[in-house]
Amino acid sequence: MRFVRGFGRFWFDFIVGDDWRIALGVVLVLGLGALLVAIDVVGTNVLMPLLAAAIVAVVAASIVLGARR
Amino acid sequence: MSDSIGLLVSVFLASAVEFVEALTIVLAMGMTRGWRSALAGVAAALAALTVTAAVAGYAIAEWLPESLLQLIVGTLLLIFGLQWLRKAVLRAAGLKAHNDEEETFRAELEAGRQAGSERRAGLDWFGFVVSFKGVFLEGLEIVFIVITFGLNADNVPGAAAGAAVAGAIVLTAGVAAHRPLSRIPQNTIKFGVGLLLSTFGTFWAIEGLGVFASDRESLAWPGGDVALVVMLAVWSVFSWSAVRVLRRSDDADRDEDRVVLAAEGG
Repeated sequence: MRFVRGFGRFWFDFIVGDDWRIALGVVLVLGLGALLVAIDVVGTNVLMPLLAAAIVAVVAASIVLGARR
Repeated sequence: MSDSIGLLVSVFLASAVEFVEALTIVLAMGMTRGWRSALAGVAAALAALTVTAAVAGYAIAEWLPESLLQLIVGTLLLIFGLQWLRKAVLRAAGLKAHNDEEETFRAELEAGRQAGSERRAGLDWFGFVVSFKGVFLEGLEIVFIVITFGLNADNVPGAAAGAAVAGAIVLTAGVAAHRPLSRIPQNTIKFGVGLLLSTFGTFWAIEGLGVFASDRESLAWPGGDVALVVMLAVWSVFSWSAVRVLRRSDDADRDEDRVVLAAEGG
């Protein structure tokens, strides 16, 4: 059990690092993007740049919040 | 074309930084605990990395359809790249300490001198384990970048070649200098790599959302590969602005502290 926990912890630290908000934000933006692609309500020419902008916004918020801690 | 150049530059730079960090640790262990144990640790780590790369690369390439591969690998690359970018922004704004290979080297030398002597399988165990961990952890980042970039750009040999060239250059320079390569502008390189990883990660992750479309094909960016250049520009402007804003607010905080101290003192 300790090995499994340690293994999971290692990969979490390796991928997510010390600011989990960035990872969570990226996953949420992409999750929303997946939903919009699946229901096909927005054209990709609009949706793709919007999602990229949303990712930049998430990172900006995370960096500012992290710097203020 | 921009994919291939970006692939080579990103993998080369990212690998060079990781090789420099691994070299510092191995040099310190070799000089304090003996080269036999340090090099045995390096060999064991390289063997473990080879197995990891082969298993992970084969599994990802064989089991996943293209759009899903782009989504998963692009997302991982994006999160990974944003970590680099965030730290680089905080360092450039003066809110996080810069990497200093000389300092790391001195700390590792001290640790090597003070550690107790324990021998296993004829090797100095401390020197072996520290070298193994250093090379494995730094190497894992290289493997991760080679696999993600290589598979998404459909050019694993190109990505591996970029990493191999970086390794050869760093190793040659390290052997010649016989000391850590502290003159390499690591923080600047990390900033550049963070920008490139974030750019390609955003590009591929969003393309991969096509797996949720009815035809399950990757989405196509308006403008094709030109979108990569636009995205690199956006991440660059964003990072530059973030550094300026954070630096200014840090200066303002210091000024405020000075006023409070002066008022308390007076």
